[in-house]
Amino acid sequence: MSSLWPELEQFLGEVQKPARYIGCEDGMLIPDHRPDKAAWLLVYPDTYEVGLPNQGLQILYEILNERPDAVAERSYAPWTDLAAVLRREGLPLFSLDTHRAAGDFDVLAFNLSAELVYTNLLECLDLAGVPLHAADRGADDPLVLVGGHCAYNPEPIADFVDAAVLGDGEEVVSEINELVAAWKRAGRIDRPGLLADLAGIEGVYVPGLYEATWHDDGTLASVAPNHPAAPAEVPKRTVADLADWPYPRQQLVPLTEVVHDRLNVEVFRGCTRGCRFCQAGMITRPVRERPAEQVRTMVADGLRRTGYDEVALTSLSTADFSGIEEVVADTVSDDACGQVSVSLPSLRVDAFTVGIAGQIQRARRTGLTFAPEAGTWRMRQVINKLIREEDLYGAVESAFSNGWRRVKLYFLTGLPTETDEDTLGIVELAKNCVEIGRRHHKGASVTVSVGGFVPKPFTPFQWFGQNTEAELRRKVGLLRDAARKARGVQLKWHDPRASVVEGLLSRGDRRLGAVVEDVWRNGGVFQEWSEHFDLDLWLSALERAGLTLEDLVYRHRREDEALPWDHLSAGLHKDFLWQDWRDALAEVGLEDCRWTPCYDCGACTGYGIEHVVASAVPPAGGSQGTGQELATGGEVPVKLLVGAGGREAGS
Amino acid sequence: MNAPLNPRLRVRFAKHGKVRFTSHRDVARVWERALRRVAMPVAYSEGFSPRPRLSFGLALPTGCASVGEYLDIELDRVRAGEVELDDELCRRLDAALPAGIDVQGVAPIERGGPSLQEAVVACTWEIAVAGTGSEPSDLPDEQARAWVAGVLAAGELPLERERKGKRVTDDVRPLVHALDMLAEAEAEGGTSVPGVGGSVRLRAVLGTRPRALRPSELLEAGNLVAAGDAHPPLRARAVCRMHQWIEAEAEEPGTSPDDEFDRNQLIMQGDRWTGWQERGLTEPLPLPATAAVSAALVGTRA
Repeated sequence: MSSLWPELEQFLGEVQKPARYIGCEDGMLIPDHRPDKAAWLLVYPDTYEVGLPNQGLQILYEILNERPDAVAERSYAPWTDLAAVLRREGLPLFSLDTHRAAGDFDVLAFNLSAELVYTNLLECLDLAGVPLHAADRGADDPLVLVGGHCAYNPEPIADFVDAAVLGDGEEVVSEINELVAAWKRAGRIDRPGLLADLAGIEGVYVPGLYEATWHDDGTLASVAPNHPAAPAEVPKRTVADLADWPYPRQQLVPLTEVVHDRLNVEVFRGCTRGCRFCQAGMITRPVRERPAEQVRTMVADGLRRTGYDEVALTSLSTADFSGIEEVVADTVSDDACGQVSVSLPSLRVDAFTVGIAGQIQRARRTGLTFAPEAGTWRMRQVINKLIREEDLYGAVESAFSNGWRRVKLYFLTGLPTETDEDTLGIVELAKNCVEIGRRHHKGASVTVSVGGFVPKPFTPFQWFGQNTEAELRRKVGLLRDAARKARGVQLKWHDPRASVVEGLLSRGDRRLGAVVEDVWRNGGVFQEWSEHFDLDLWLSALERAGLTLEDLVYRHRREDEALPWDHLSAGLHKDFLWQDWRDALAEVGLEDCRWTPCYDCGACTGYGIEHVVASAVPPAGGSQGTGQELATGGEVPVKLLVGAGGREAGS
Repeated sequence: MNAPLNPRLRVRFAKHGKVRFTSHRDVARVWERALRRVAMPVAYSEGFSPRPRLSFGLALPTGCASVGEYLDIELDRVRAGEVELDDELCRRLDAALPAGIDVQGVAPIERGGPSLQEAVVACTWEIAVAGTGSEPSDLPDEQARAWVAGVLAAGELPLERERKGKRVTDDVRPLVHALDMLAEAEAEGGTSVPGVGGSVRLRAVLGTRPRALRPSELLEAGNLVAAGDAHPPLRARAVCRMHQWIEAEAEEPGTSPDDEFDRNQLIMQGDRWTGWQERGLTEPLPLPATAAVSAALVGTRA
């Protein structure tokens, strides 16, 4: 176990952006490798710029390194130029912290946040010198784990992983480590025994202990245990209280530019707004807020330690955080931190939100983003994103009247029951927003960003047949024609071809392992990067495997049909999801259960846990914030907070 | 009407080890964060997007090390008096910076003086070179010596490079102020390119006007005129910027009248590199002795 740096540094001059391979971040830990400590390599199988900010990976990095029986280092997917150099020079994938060979670690743990990185998982394993197939690994090979949102349906990569971990990692990572450290101390001999023991940990799924079978018509029959240690259903893990886990304590500060290059403090986990397209909202229930006092401490300490001048308060809908106004006010007025801007990803659509934004975006008042997701009220009832047009126009009015010049709106197309009228409603909304903006600024503009909807496991839309590529293209074409005639509306859209592959992988079964491997063998890496994405690789691989998009992606699934993730559980009852799917088709909305009675989705009851919400009343705002009178939205006073430091920054 | 000028500090620092693979822009961001962490009262620009008023010298090519990098900091006029110029400041800055970016000295400079980019006229580089083979020993001394002689004897050194999106050919021979092969003893005992053993080392003083000549460009242009069957093309194994040079009368650290700082507060000040005194050049912030430079590099290979 020694550093590969002396070899690597001779070649880093040949590759683009070599700074992403040096480590050296503030917050980096220098581990003390010892025979009695399990050595983990935490891998984010995308570029450093995308992977470094990932909070999940950083949390596990700290928790493991705090343990006396573990060390953890990090690695990210080398860009294609470095991968070529590594192969040419016979060098392996390496850690960034001490530039050790990946094969020297006991565990390679991959964070899978997006399906399109699956081929990069194979690329990393191959560069590490680890056999791609779990069945081919022996005593000398590390254990290959995956976690992250994609772990909720790991079937398409079941052949390649030793175990998948479902849900929050804070607690389960230590339970896994104890088994791995014991395995290492015993000489790493009994790999089957380790896998059987891992299957006994709640939240750990060992695909090799299950067998998938299909009916004659090609539909899945079941995925069932073929080993006594494997439970019939693997439930996800959930930490009951975020206050127990104030991580990362020392967020990594990279030396080179990355996405989200700022302090990130998670203010709550989970979301019960119940947007039916949103997998993250469904699988991370219930809502667990971090105490406001702890948020303040993490923000203040983090800013002082890192030197960042921006902090993001992260969650799935930060304006819903009970203490949001106070926390924001305290942060921007804390002189010790200097001139700090606060960003709130995932803004709710209402004037209250714009008020908070007015308080915090002191300097850079360039653009504000909202996500109405659908163009008509009917469509928004189907997806349970209950924003009235008045809410959106109120928010846009506030934004433009308070100095913003550009508003960005996110939408999905290809939603269940969507008609052309619904699709074109997107441009109608945008046109009205431009009109509101032009009352304040001649140059006001609205950018509309449209993504093709991909149904995900453990959502009410998991049965929905995804729109075909041709249909998504047609809808984008409708929007493009309409937007061309609309002054001040700029349209951007996500590549429908990528949506097709994302759909294939998100709800696919084990037969896709051969497809993923085929695409990788034909050079298909970095498929989430448009310059590398290649639909033809996927289509020809599907053909070779005898599979079709029609069966796997475009077809509506039946109520009685086995789903590839039926033996896994995100806590949600399947009959709740089915009922919610029926409600969606009936255009019936569902309230946010934080402030209304429980409708027993299963996320709390099955685990004996509850929402952790500091405020007993819903936040002020439009109908979306109230959980009341869903059809029309409730009467809620809207308070604007503008002027609190609004124009001071230029002085 | 002109606004009153802000007090300025000049920092000299080294960049070596793993962090030499960061870009010029990366280093600028690293400094911005470090200055916030030590609560330095940096002046900010006006407007909707205020930026700290920092200026760096000539960009160091990514991957090159340096023992002579500079940063000029404009201080907030009102709060500049809070700054204590002492060893503790250097220590706190070092603690806020990544390993491999080492503060060598801090001194006040004239308010409103020329920027480093305008002032620097030449840089001294050390270049550890190799031939086409993979081993350092593939390049015998005499071949490197012949290469140097070939470059110096050339009347012209045409170099094709990109300028404003167009390919242009410049004669860069006038920018090669000095070029020699370092003697064995000099390379081992004195200043040297960090981290590369067994290589032949070149020392080059390259001009910056009208457009700076980079070490990689020197090798490229030199290989065209000086390489052949007898003299194989050279490639750089490692590069280190040793000095940046400015005209002595243009700027003299610590000598300008300034009500915030006086000359006695200067932390580090030393002799100019003797070879350049007669040409009227000095370093933007000279160090006491070259020994201190190499000491800073000992044991720092990450």
